[in-house]
Amino acid sequence: MSQLKNFTKGFIKENPVFVLLLGLCPALGVTTSAFNGLGMGLATTFVLVSSNVVVSLIKSQIPDKVRIPSFIVIIASFVTIVQLVMEAFMPDLFAALGLFIPLIVVNCLVLGRAEAFASKKNLVSSLVDGLGMGLGFAFALTLLGAVRELLGSGAIFGFSFIQGDGMLVFVLAPGAFIGLGYLIALTNMIKKNE
Amino acid sequence: MEYILIIIGAVFVNNIVLAQFLGICPYMGVSSKVSTSVGMSGAVMFVMTLATVVTYLIYHYVLVPFGVTFLQTISYILVISSLVQMVEIILKKVSPALFQALGIFLPLITTNCAVLGVAILTVQKEFNLLEGVVFAIANAIGFALAILLFAGIREHLELMDVPKGMRGAPAALVVAGILALAFMGFAGLV
Amino acid sequence: MAKKESSFLNMVLTLLVITVVASFTLASVYNLTKGPIAAAREAARQNAITMVVPEFDRLESQKFLPLTGRDSLEFNFAYKGDELVGVAVGTYTDQGFSGRIRAMVGFYPDGRIVDVVHLQHAETPGLGDKIEKGKSDWSDQFRDFDPATQILRVAKDGGNVDAITAATITSRAYCEGIQRAYETFIANVKTPEGGAE
Repeated sequence: MSQLKNFTKGFIKENPVFVLLLGLCPALGVTTSAFNGLGMGLATTFVLVSSNVVVSLIKSQIPDKVRIPSFIVIIASFVTIVQLVMEAFMPDLFAALGLFIPLIVVNCLVLGRAEAFASKKNLVSSLVDGLGMGLGFAFALTLLGAVRELLGSGAIFGFSFIQGDGMLVFVLAPGAFIGLGYLIALTNMIKKNE
Repeated sequence: MEYILIIIGAVFVNNIVLAQFLGICPYMGVSSKVSTSVGMSGAVMFVMTLATVVTYLIYHYVLVPFGVTFLQTISYILVISSLVQMVEIILKKVSPALFQALGIFLPLITTNCAVLGVAILTVQKEFNLLEGVVFAIANAIGFALAILLFAGIREHLELMDVPKGMRGAPAALVVAGILALAFMGFAGLV
Repeated sequence: MAKKESSFLNMVLTLLVITVVASFTLASVYNLTKGPIAAAREAARQNAITMVVPEFDRLESQKFLPLTGRDSLEFNFAYKGDELVGVAVGTYTDQGFSGRIRAMVGFYPDGRIVDVVHLQHAETPGLGDKIEKGKSDWSDQFRDFDPATQILRVAKDGGNVDAITAATITSRAYCEGIQRAYETFIANVKTPEGGAE
């Protein structure tokens, strides 16, 4: 697979959220606004790229039986780094994302890529895969966040269109599920017509 | 009284899946059949309660005294993955049928954000150990409730004529959304 | 590339090395970020205090235990020169819809409320989050509220506070937190001379 294909597969064809159905918890939990979705997406991308790179570098040194725990420690370390840096330099985003930052460690996407890809492929491929999948994830979250923010608060990235509230249900739990459901249906339609 | 509030809050008002968005992956993955949902709920309840107890002890007796609370995420996830390994080994011996049925989903409890989430929340909400245990069990019950309701509906949905683009995940998610809407009605309870 | 053999020694060694390296890395990052994190928290606190008391040039802080509730409240006495111009109280309530809500309540020396600003909450977006000044002017009704002559409860409970529509629980909880601050204020701060004890 060419590196370009490796990179772009994360956006539509193998989009982690819309196609592979990975990382749904944060996808539903933080996308009350486009900005939050983007922030979470980029934080996850950082963890994904970092862990993919490290796993790919030391994969020959890890005995097979302990690979999952090893991956987990590596991923958890990068998540903690993101936590600390965010709390220090981006406190508002940190407060908005809350519990979901440490939960990046159990994002099935990150562990999944380490296991399925980085532990088998070379450094460059792993890096590109991490970048593509991560940005695809960020794209999905930003899109869902934008839809929910537009319909639910009548705003986008904080810019309000309307006075008062929109269809509140979209910033609440039901709206997350329903919004994601329809976006997946949309992706299925697009893939079919490719 | 406090304990009743914790229970009602965790099972209905702030249902772990339908309100807090934790545990979605197994929720979507295992809920196509009621029977696997029951098994998954039991395993989750066991791991969640045990994990909450162990992580609570680690936080208050190791991390805080040594001033290394930044190791919370790493230590918690290691505890959880070890516990899941344990459950796997026990299940293999005690009930091989259930072990087979759960298949891949058992190791997936490790990445079940619900387990890690509840462990972190117990510390955040400043519960004591007993309150933490009640909280964990209540959340597991909430998970079970949500997943069993969902599985029941999905089994029926299989027999219906769903438009092609909506088949599978999209329809399931819309159902989950309606369930979440219904659970929002509990908001006035506590 | 061939993987290392899964002997017991190898497994333990690998995990040990990885964990040790990880811990050291994290400890360094933690040390690097400790300062900025503390500064960010302090800036947020200072910001909140400035929002709820009249202009001051120096602060003195003290902690008091409220009559109800496990945790103590932080009292920030604001002075302009030698005169006490206000007291900013960091209070909390555990009766929020989604757990603890923390707020900063500013009192004039005579006990009237200057203003209230939220510090931390997890209330529902679009509903309970209207306690935030940026999201709605609901909390402006607490300006110049005098708990000595008015009742700090929502109208439904016989009080003088207008609840947020469809967010009674959050509104009720917020009042409870402010009431806690007021009661602790009355118990520990001498009024109406306005001198701190």
